[in-house]
Amino acid sequence: MKSKSGFYLIVLVLVITGLSLAWLRHTELQVPFQPGQKKAVWLIEARIDFEASGEPVRVSLNLPDKPPGYRQVSEQAASTGYGFAIIENSKGRRAEWTRRNAQGPQTLYYKVQMVEAAQSGSLSKSQKQPQPDEVFWDALQATAAHQLVEQAYAKSSTPTSLARELAKQLTVSEPDQNASLLLSQYTLPTLIMRLLNHAGIPARVSMGLELQDARRYQSLKPILEVYDTDRWVPVDPRTGDHGLPENMLLWQRAGKSLLDVTGGEDSEVNFSMLRQTMPAMDLARLQQDTNGISRFSLYSLPIEEQSVFKLLLLLPLGALIVTFMRIIVGVHTSGTFMPVLIALSFLQTQLVQGLSAFLLIVALGLVLRGYLSRLNLLMVARISTLIVLVIFLTSIISVIGNELGFNLGLTITFFPMIIIAWTIERMSILWEEEGSREVLIQGLGSLGVAILSYMCMRMDIVRHLTFNFPELHLVLLAAILLMGQYTGFKLTELKRFGVMRGHH
Amino acid sequence: MWIFPSDLRKQGFLGMNRRNVAYISRYNTRSRYPLVDDKLKTKLQAEKFHLATPQLRGVVRYQYEISSFQRTVEHLDGFAIKPSKGAGGKGILVITGRNSDLYGKSSGSSMSIHDIKRHLSNILAGLYSLAGSPDVAIIEDLIRPVEMFEKLSYAGVPDIRVIVFNGYPVMAMLRLSTRASDGKANLHKGAVGVGLDIASGQSLHAVQYSRRVTRHPDTGLPLDTIAVPDWKNLLLLASRSFELTRLGYIGADLVVDAHRGPMLLELNARPGLSIQVANGLGLLPRLRKIEQLDPDFSPSPEERVEFAMRTFG
Repeated sequence: MKSKSGFYLIVLVLVITGLSLAWLRHTELQVPFQPGQKKAVWLIEARIDFEASGEPVRVSLNLPDKPPGYRQVSEQAASTGYGFAIIENSKGRRAEWTRRNAQGPQTLYYKVQMVEAAQSGSLSKSQKQPQPDEVFWDALQATAAHQLVEQAYAKSSTPTSLARELAKQLTVSEPDQNASLLLSQYTLPTLIMRLLNHAGIPARVSMGLELQDARRYQSLKPILEVYDTDRWVPVDPRTGDHGLPENMLLWQRAGKSLLDVTGGEDSEVNFSMLRQTMPAMDLARLQQDTNGISRFSLYSLPIEEQSVFKLLLLLPLGALIVTFMRIIVGVHTSGTFMPVLIALSFLQTQLVQGLSAFLLIVALGLVLRGYLSRLNLLMVARISTLIVLVIFLTSIISVIGNELGFNLGLTITFFPMIIIAWTIERMSILWEEEGSREVLIQGLGSLGVAILSYMCMRMDIVRHLTFNFPELHLVLLAAILLMGQYTGFKLTELKRFGVMRGHH
Repeated sequence: MWIFPSDLRKQGFLGMNRRNVAYISRYNTRSRYPLVDDKLKTKLQAEKFHLATPQLRGVVRYQYEISSFQRTVEHLDGFAIKPSKGAGGKGILVITGRNSDLYGKSSGSSMSIHDIKRHLSNILAGLYSLAGSPDVAIIEDLIRPVEMFEKLSYAGVPDIRVIVFNGYPVMAMLRLSTRASDGKANLHKGAVGVGLDIASGQSLHAVQYSRRVTRHPDTGLPLDTIAVPDWKNLLLLASRSFELTRLGYIGADLVVDAHRGPMLLELNARPGLSIQVANGLGLLPRLRKIEQLDPDFSPSPEERVEFAMRTFG
């Protein structure tokens, strides 16, 4: 059947769209699937001190640009009297402070929050093949360098292994003559960089910050990076191990200057850092305006509207439960979606208080409705009267409850008054026409479905997923559509037709 | 007692979900529903097609007409008041006799003219109608059941429900009201359902509250020897309701009047499933047999009834 396969295609598309959008939101925006998850965040503060000389000042600090293993959450700069901008271009990111006139010691702060990330900002491929820098040595150095490289070259196969071999030769407890000569003139990382470039392999020294909780006045440490096949690989100059050491944040890459100060002298930069834990949800929210698909999230709404949506987005789940209970199980309820609305109000009132208040109001309403039926009113007028009475009842119950010390007053107003009035009316007619048994069946059915919906809607994970992954409602929709095509027996029909057991 | 779904399927039972998806929404055109949901329209349409229905005595459309209601029924001993759009037998008031100011109900209790007027105003306000929409009340002649039915039923007139699928009568049952059902013919209220043989109109099997019974719980009469008189004409009447409505899957409610013979009481576009329990048989095999017929072949009602009597007997 053509229409049938089309239908299943729509269902499939809905499910796939819903799930993949949710996955995208999870991976791209780091919205956690679980509520209450916490993540470690490094708060890093760079402090720049210099002596201003009374001229226009321009301070430029290199900033980390998508460092491997970390993801930037937020950044800010504090510096009174200075103009501040973050300049981003193909060469990287730099913070720039400017001031027309400054005198004496100056202090500038830049703060950034970084969170550990498994994948993002990895050792990304560089767009074009870098060329090794030309290296100049004096004659003696050149011979020494040449010999060192030659020894290491023989024992290695790749640029990283060559770097490792070089590191080994230079860090043995008693280095040979060549090594001692060169080490006396260059620091270890710089020397290995020079040697590698000498061997025709692009290498550079970057600056990294070792992250340790509650450290102050830290400075950057040089990190050797070797270009291997198609990416820059960090290599530890002391051990020759490749890969980034743990807790190492690459602050400055590609050999640019860390700090430029014009109009000042004696400039220095040092870092302090702090490890914080933050709810993963807040982190995701902090990042929301930086990414494309976050435009379709609800966080951009004002807070009050967000809380309305938190409730509204639970409704589809209630609808799904009602659909399931009515189509698959076959429960009788009074009014199709009344149970969902009741469940929503239970969310505000708590179950026990809500349930007892609800039963009290409906019971009193039924008694009053009994008197009303003697008055021979037209239906609309009768229901209007009921609405007024229900509101009276709720206020009386609130006042009495308050006197007795139960704080029902506020919560009871969440009940959908008009729905309750209609429920009373329907129940009353049902009672007259079908007897108390049917009232009991439908009443219990409605309350059962309401309590079930309440239990589901109350779960933290449900509230978290419905609000933070609105696209999951497409999956709910698909499930509802599928149930709309269910032609099997309802569970209750198996009992209803139970008399046919063994019959032929 | 519960039954396995596989067992029910083997017996060809139709469940509510399948009925709704595979029969009602596939064979019943939405736009023709008002014709069956509104009893007044059904009645007028039936008169157009020369199908026998209880005589219409009056229609109360507006609130102010209620005051002149007494004049309408002045010369009637018994009458029935029905909400035109009522569902499931709701709001039907049957007055069988009158004693000065009091009107006697079929169940034996009586009510005053004020009670009746209030009932009328409830009907007009839409209390008994499907979606609570404003309604009209129709007043029609009482049915005088044939003697054997009169004795059989506790109160109220026994009626015969026939499921008509694409014009073919596929299954039938006799519904007998009981004390428990308060004179109503609805099975879930406790009326007795007697499955009828499509070929002969003779009883096959009887149930009350889904349990097998052999005697009427109130009158004590045996239920296994019933034979509905004028059976073929009755099936013909049911079958012709297909031309009347052009709805593929309907339940036709019929009565046999002592003087006028089979009459069409009302039609239902969502007929219930209890008829299967009353017959001890599933509907699906019969429905499938009709679905297998050549759709280009459009036989007359007589031919359809003969086919059904031959095939499903």
